[in-house]
This record gives sequence, structure tokens and C-alpha cells, in this order.
Amino acid sequence: MKILVAVKRAIDYNVKARPKSDGTGVDLANVKMSMNPFDEIAVEEALRLQEAGKATEIVALSIGPAACQETLRTAMAMGADRGILVQTDGEVQPLAVAKLIKALVDKEQPGMVILGKQAIDDDSNQTGQMLAGLLGWSIGTFAARVEVGEGHVKVAREVDGGIQTIDLKLPAIVTADLRLNEPRYVKLPNIMKAKKKPLDIVSPADLGVDITPRLKLVKVSEPAARAGGVKVADVAELVAKLRSEAKVI
Amino acid sequence: MTSLVIAEHNNRQLNGATLNAVAAAGRITGDVHVLVAGQGCADVAAQAAKIAGVAKVLLADAAHYGNSLAENLAPLVVSLAANYSHLLAAATTSGKNVMPRVAALLDVAQVSDIIAVVSDDTFVRPIYAGNVLATVQSIDAKKVITVRVTGFDPVAAEGGSAAVENVAAAADAGLSSFVGEELTKSSRPELTAADIVVSGGRGVGSSENFAIIEKLADKLGAAVGASRAAVDAGYVPNDYQVGQTGKVVAPQLYVAIGISGAIQHLAGMKDSKVIVAINKDEEAPIFQVADYGLVGDLFKEVPALCEALDK
Amino acid sequence: MERESMEFDVVVVGGGPSGLATAIRLRQLAAEHDVEVSVCLIEKGSEIGAHILSGAVIQPTALNELFPDWKERGAPLKTAVTEDRFLFLTEQKSFRLPTPPQMHNHGNYIVSLGNVCRWLGQQAEALGVDIYPGFAAAEVLYHGDGSVKGVATGDMGRTKEGEEGPNFAPGMELHAKQTIFAEGCRGSLTKTLFERFDLREGVDPQVYGIGIKELWEIKPEHHQPGLTLHTAGWPMDMKTYGGSFLYHFEENLVSVGFVVGLNYENPYLSPFEEMQRYKMHPAIRGMFEGGRRLAYGARAISAGGYQSIPKLTFPGGLLVGDCAGFLNVPKIKGSHTAMKSGMTAAEAIFQLLQAEDATGKEAVDYPHRLKTTWLWDELYRVRNIKPSFHWGLLPAMAYSAVDTYLFRGKAPWTLHHTPDHEALKPAAQCAPIEYPKPDGVLTFDRLSSVFLSNTNHEEEQPCHLTLKDSTVPERLNLAIYAGPEQRYCPAGVYEFVDQGGQQKLRINAQNCVHCKTCDIKDPSQNINWVTPEGGGGPNYPNM
Repeated sequence: MKILVAVKRAIDYNVKARPKSDGTGVDLANVKMSMNPFDEIAVEEALRLQEAGKATEIVALSIGPAACQETLRTAMAMGADRGILVQTDGEVQPLAVAKLIKALVDKEQPGMVILGKQAIDDDSNQTGQMLAGLLGWSIGTFAARVEVGEGHVKVAREVDGGIQTIDLKLPAIVTADLRLNEPRYVKLPNIMKAKKKPLDIVSPADLGVDITPRLKLVKVSEPAARAGGVKVADVAELVAKLRSEAKVI
Repeated sequence: MTSLVIAEHNNRQLNGATLNAVAAAGRITGDVHVLVAGQGCADVAAQAAKIAGVAKVLLADAAHYGNSLAENLAPLVVSLAANYSHLLAAATTSGKNVMPRVAALLDVAQVSDIIAVVSDDTFVRPIYAGNVLATVQSIDAKKVITVRVTGFDPVAAEGGSAAVENVAAAADAGLSSFVGEELTKSSRPELTAADIVVSGGRGVGSSENFAIIEKLADKLGAAVGASRAAVDAGYVPNDYQVGQTGKVVAPQLYVAIGISGAIQHLAGMKDSKVIVAINKDEEAPIFQVADYGLVGDLFKEVPALCEALDK
Repeated sequence: MERESMEFDVVVVGGGPSGLATAIRLRQLAAEHDVEVSVCLIEKGSEIGAHILSGAVIQPTALNELFPDWKERGAPLKTAVTEDRFLFLTEQKSFRLPTPPQMHNHGNYIVSLGNVCRWLGQQAEALGVDIYPGFAAAEVLYHGDGSVKGVATGDMGRTKEGEEGPNFAPGMELHAKQTIFAEGCRGSLTKTLFERFDLREGVDPQVYGIGIKELWEIKPEHHQPGLTLHTAGWPMDMKTYGGSFLYHFEENLVSVGFVVGLNYENPYLSPFEEMQRYKMHPAIRGMFEGGRRLAYGARAISAGGYQSIPKLTFPGGLLVGDCAGFLNVPKIKGSHTAMKSGMTAAEAIFQLLQAEDATGKEAVDYPHRLKTTWLWDELYRVRNIKPSFHWGLLPAMAYSAVDTYLFRGKAPWTLHHTPDHEALKPAAQCAPIEYPKPDGVLTFDRLSSVFLSNTNHEEEQPCHLTLKDSTVPERLNLAIYAGPEQRYCPAGVYEFVDQGGQQKLRINAQNCVHCKTCDIKDPSQNINWVTPEGGGGPNYPNM
């Protein structure tokens, strides 16, 4: 079984994002970009399935500007066999991303697509689900454990109340949650080897996908800072305020 | 224009998050309908009919809706979509699972996790882990939306009297099946869903001392959280951690005890409705965000607080 | 687990201006002579530029030599200096002074040095340098004959206790004919080389300053691109070396920073809070009104100059840039000299590589070449300025004027330095300093500042701030010096916390911004800064 893994180049998780002062967008000039952390987990899971003999080939894909090649190289340094970049400088929203991946799925015919549950930049949490809808495949979102069987995959999902386990018919989509695994460290020699692995570049037009955004960004702003309140003299005053003023107990 | 809210439930009981989603739908022009899809869930439909402001409840009762599997639920919603301008669900793991699939099948964008309705097509949603708020306008004819429950106060669960209408079930897609569920067994509420959270920090001093925090939590029916410093010090397990790298909570009441208020911690709780801080250091940054601050020794004040709550 | 190894002609440790210039020059020479020289550069930051923090006004002398066409190549030197102002501050007043000649910046550019390094990194990669950010050189490797064999990168995935964790990946050995140390000020491996090869024999101790910097976006009406403003005087007392810089550049950006000489005496002094209160001065604060702070960081700089330059070479390798200490103190510039040292080293190494098997050999030609360049002359002429501040600000300014104007830097004597860590006086002999509380608008606390450095370290790893003797913080530092580490650390790494009625040192290593001040200023040199897991530390954008 071939596994396709989608990786997004996103702001590094250590970097704090900030709106531009004119509110037209988020200031990303010269900030560190990395592979979206959930996608790293997705890559790791695919590699573990390969190492367990459940998968034959791992293909990493990314969508975005030329710099995403770096992200694909990271995926290949982790162990992915090859990379595909759908190169575009324009904004690509989740629906368009799902359509582009669907086009690649039609071409590559994987048995499974693994994605991060969400990207830490736009926090949409949509792409995997949309892709499953477009393909008419089953999906296991928020995966905490993945067990591949014959023609089926069992996915334990992190749901609000605990863990839910579902059984999916293959081919299927899985989106990775935080506790699925801990991604490996990339080793220096593997970074060198990754430079020589095949990386194909296609355009959205090559795939016949219209990526026109459907959501218009009106503005961005900084959330209001919280103002401090009052000091209370003692526990009695605190309880009184919580009961009569704040009415939260 | 009419909005359809997909109810969340366990076939017996309506999940409270639905009330927040209905509240968001109420900010949009037109009536609000609620879809209850499940197995043997007539009771839930009856509960939904009582929600204040709901004009109609659609009930789809079939075995394959019993576990809200996206593969089955999404086509049902799509089959009903023709009559609706807006399709909404709470941004819970269930809503997040189903709604994007609906959007893709309708070939429209989804607006995730909205915290405000600006107009019928324009919404505010947090991005970049809440560090930025984006106002976005959907140019699609239909809007598919998930609602961040902390962004909208719930509507009243009682007071409405909507009609319940049965709708035909779509076929079982046969792609997925429910295997089982292990729900966290704790006498305390789940941290991210609790109305009240009591958190302890490094000031608590030891894992034995955390009993003081737990006692107060039990008194308030609250979940227990902790700062990273307390987790790092080994007082409590990792999954207690509230903060940027831990859980993000926005309860009605957040009680921070012996927590200095590092920015990383504030990132995880600053959207709480009311924040109480108890700390012996008057200069602790936590007081800058606390609605009610009590300067004092937690080992004295917290037991006193437990006592005062009994009165 | 066995470590893997890789072989290169040259390995460069550190992706700052000096390391990148070395690597670039080597590949340029190789291309010019049509020979192959493999160059590998490793950088502990998550990317090139992530750990770079500087003023910075850059003098493009070295860059002009390295890339005469840097403008066409899109180097991010966009704001030429148009005006230099120099103010002497008292608590309430300011006096405009004539700008000292070293601080004339005509022909210089206000830049983000981090962005210049990002650009240099791209140039280096295009020339075929193998650049690996996110890998820290943790250990120097030696041949049997004692010559340097290369470096090993740090292990990844060790637990707090130092055990191999589930994702453990051992470090990697990088072997080279010549290993270039370009670690920047107070390099952790350079420190071990000083000892091993006695490189500091017969030279003055290195002395340092700590620079704390913020990047602001200010109101357009307050912005004057190309303006540089330096101050001396308040909030430093007359005995303490320190001053500010403030540069207007690009789109409404202002770099503002404060440098405090680490030979300060009063353990109650807090460089961080000096920086904060400096911004409150009536001559300064107006500039920031309505602005917002975008970034924060700190870094130690070498201020010893000429008389503190160590021996630069040893069998198998050499030092370039600020780990050797090429900063021109009165100019407060070191990136042009850092680059020049790297380029000169590259030429010497290239010659060595061509002549013989350079493995373990000493590039003795490097210091000779360096002495014939403008760098050496420049540093010699200003050598007496910084040590004269030992006498206090006013005598130093008077002396500096005489040294500069009368002797033109060629006075027939050389003033000397004493080590910074010996300068602290016991707290009992000093007055505590009362700093104003941060207002959250113009002035800030440490934690919200560190937040803007985007620093982080993987939680599960051994603490990279090691103590030679774990009782020293309480027994000596707290008892005698009132715990100076909680004040000089600009990132809130060191805290004394109450544990069962006893004050104990707590080290919040995750906050560390890799400034190295603790390694320098700890009174008994008990703190040894070693490299954490690669990729950790600050992620400075535009600093």
C-alpha cells in the first residue's frame, strides 16, 4: 500500500504571530517557518507503518510557494521516499487544498492519505475531512492510534469525552492528533540523502483545479488584552463577589 | 434565509454545546432549525424542541446515525441543505469531524470556529492559536460554519416549543463502523469542558499538597488544572497542564492558586469569563489579568475558601 | 550507540557573519581556482539568523570585498545612515555632544543583522556550502596527536536525567581537515580550545558587555529613517560602562538597545531593568508613544578589542569572528571585522589546502595575513578607549578624546583589562537599586519580554546551564552577592525560590536566549553554558 502524506509549511510553533499594523494580514516577514507539527506526526505515522511492513511507499506532498520544497526535503529526510510540490504563490484555502490532493490521489492511487488534523496557522481543521468527502472515502480524524489490517484500518480517535475507536474501510483518510506518536529527529546524513530523492513540481493548472479563494479576509486584529480587576481583602469578600457580582458559583 | 444547527447528543441527552451553536445561529437573519440525527433519539428531539428560539426540529432516526459517523451524517445534512442558507454545528470534535465533509460535498468553504457573527456572511474567528483574530467573508451561496462554544453564551434550554418533523434517512454509506469508546472516568469534569477550573502552580509546593487544590475543586464541582511549572516539578501529570503548550480552557470561573502567571500559562486561560488569583506575591503577573485577586498564603486561604463555600 | 561520521575539507561551526563569510570565501576561491573544497556549516539555531541579534549599523567594507555586487544580489541593506546624534543623559535632561569620530556612520547602513545573515546563508548555499541549521556543535574531536579532527553534534532525545529517551538520536561526528570556530562571543567550544591550546597566554582577559535589544514599530510621524542616536550617562552611574543605541530603519522600525559593561560592580544592577528605564527618559520616551514592541532579545559581546585577541590558530583549526573578539568598541561594530576575519581565514586555509594534506595542520598564515589588513589597524587604534572607562565615564571621555585626536590611536602605551567576573563587590558594600515597575506599554517585565524572543527548548533534555558546584548559588552567590544571576540574566532563567523556608536556585533553562552572560559574569565561574539540543533557543525575526 502506498501512503500519501500532506505536509504544510507553516509558521514555526515557537514563533508568536502578530497582525500587521494595517490589519491586512499576519506579519510573517523573516519569521521562522517549519513543517506544521501535526504534519510531522502524520509523516512519522506513515513511516512507522512502512517500517511495520504495512506500507510500501511514502509520498510526501506539499502545496504552496517554492520554499515548500524545504518542507518536503524535511519529510524526505525523516524517511519519505519522494515528494510532490503543487507550486503556487497564491492563497490556497482548505477546499482548494482538498481538491488538489484529490487530483494527486487520482494519479497516485494510494491506499491511505495521512494529514495533520489542522495547521497551526489558520487553525481550520478541515482539509482531511474535505478530502474524504470529495473522494467518498472514510476518515478517522484526531487519530491517537492507527492499526492497519487487511482492507481495513482501525483508528482510535481523541474525542471530547475520551477515546472513540472506529473501523474504516480502506482506502481511507487519517488525520493525526498530538498523541499519535512522537516524531523522530532528523539525522544529518539523512538530510543529505534527502537532497537526492525525487521531487516533482506541478501546478494547480496541471491538475485542473481552480484554487480561487472562497473566503475573503476582511481584516485581522489582535485580541483584546484582558484588563486586571480588583483585589479582595479576604476569602469572605471573594465568595461574596463570586456569588453576587460575578454570579459564577 | 434559515439556519440549520446540527445537534450534538448521545441519543439520550442533548449536549450543551448545541445551545451555544443555536446562539450563534440566532445572530443570523432568519429562523433556526435543529437537526437531531441518531438512533432512538426521540427524547433528544423533544429536548431540542424546547430550546429557546428554535422554530423547527428535524429528526432523522436510523441505526447508522447512532454514532454520528461522518460518512453517514454528512450525506444526510447535504440532502437537507437545499432549504438552508447556513449550516452550523458546535466546534466540538464531532462538529469538526462532520461539517467540513458537508462543505466539500456542497463545494463551499467552511468557516471554522467562529467567535462572532458580524453579518450574515461575515464572521470572526481566531487563527494562529488565538494570537490573531480574522474577520472573514464567505462568498459562497451557502455558509457552513462551526461555532467555538466559548464565543457565544448558550441560549436557554427551556422555553421553546418547536414542532418535530421526521426526515427520511439517507442510506448507510457502509464505509465505517463504530467499534467502541473509552470515556475518561473521572468524578471531576473534563478540563476543557468544565464550567469551573481550579489550577495549582509551583506555589503549591508538592504533589501531596495538591490535595488542597483537589479539595477545593470538588467543592466547586470543578476540573483540576496546573501550570507548566507544577507539571515540570512533577506535582501532577502532563494532561493537567493549562497553557500555550497544554490545554486551552475558557471556563466560567478559573481559579489560579500559587500560579505566578507566566505568559505561556495566560495563553491557556485568558479567555475564562472570571479569573480568580490567590498568590502570596503581590507582584505576580497573574494579578494583571485576574478579576478578583487575593494576596495571601494559599495554605491558609484555600482551606478557608473551602469552608466559606460551605456556608 | 556508535556515532556516524562524515568527512569534509572544512567544517564551520556557527552561521553568523564570520562563519558564513568564511564558507562563502572558501567556495569562491575554490570556484576561481576550479578545485573542489567541501564546506559544511552547522548552526545551533533553528535556521540561519535565528540566533543573530545586533544593533545594527553595518559598515559594508567587508561585504563590498566579498560581494561587490551585493546590491544587485538583493542584500537587505536598505536604510543608509543619514544622521548621527550623540546625547549625554542625566536623569531629566539631555545634552547633545559632538559625535565621536568612530561613531560617524556616513556610508553605513541600518540593518537587521539576522536578515543579513539569512541572505548570506542563501548566497552560501548557492555557492555549494552544505548548511545544516538545527545542529549544535557540542564537542571538539581530536586526533591522536592532539590536533583538532572536527566536531560532534549534540545527542538528541536524551531525558532530563541524561538517559537515552525513546526517540534518542546520537550526535554525528563531522571530520574536517580544518575546523573553523565561528561561535560568536563566548563560544562554548572556543572556551575549551582556549584552555587546551593555551590560546589566551600572554593576552589580556576578554571583557564583555551585555546588549539588550528591542525592535519597535513606531508611529510614522516619529520615524526618521536613517537616524542613529547613541547615548551615554544616565541610567548608568559614572562608574559603570554602558550606553544606548537607537536606530530608525525600514518601514517605521526602530531598533533600540542598551549595552552594559559586564565589569559592573554592584550586584543589584539589572541590565534588563536599566534598558527598560532608559526608555522612560524624557528625551527618548516620546519616540515610542503609540508604537508597539515587536521583538526582544539579548546577547553578550566581546569588548576587549586588540589587547584581548587570543592566539587564533591551533593544529587543525582556527577562530574567526567574535569568539576571537574583533569588535571595535568605540564604533560598537563587529560584523565587518567578523566577516573580514572569516574571509582572511578562508584565504589562508585555501592556500593550506592546496599546498599539502591540511589535516591537523595549523593555518599559521592566517594571523599574518590578518595583521596586514585594515582590521588590525582599526582595532589597534581604538585599543585604549574601552579600558579607559575603568576610570569612570568623564575621565574616559576626556582620555578618549586625547587618545583619538592627539595620538590618533597611536599612543605609546596600551591600557589593560581585568576579568569581568572579578568585578562584583559583595552586596553588603553596595546600595540596592530601586527600579520602576513596568507599565506594560513602554516598559515590560522579563517574562513578557522573553515571550517575544520566541525562545524554546525541548523540555525533556538535560539542563544546558551546568553548575560545577551545585552549592555555590546559595552558599556564595546568594549569601555574598545577593543572587546576581537573577538580575543579570535577561531571560529570567535564574530564580531563587523558597523551598521549605530555604532559598534555592531554580534554573528555567527553557527561557534561555543564549546570550552567555551567566557564563561570563558568575563571580566564581561556576556556571558552564553548554549547547542544548540543536534548534533550541531564540527564534529572532528581524533582529
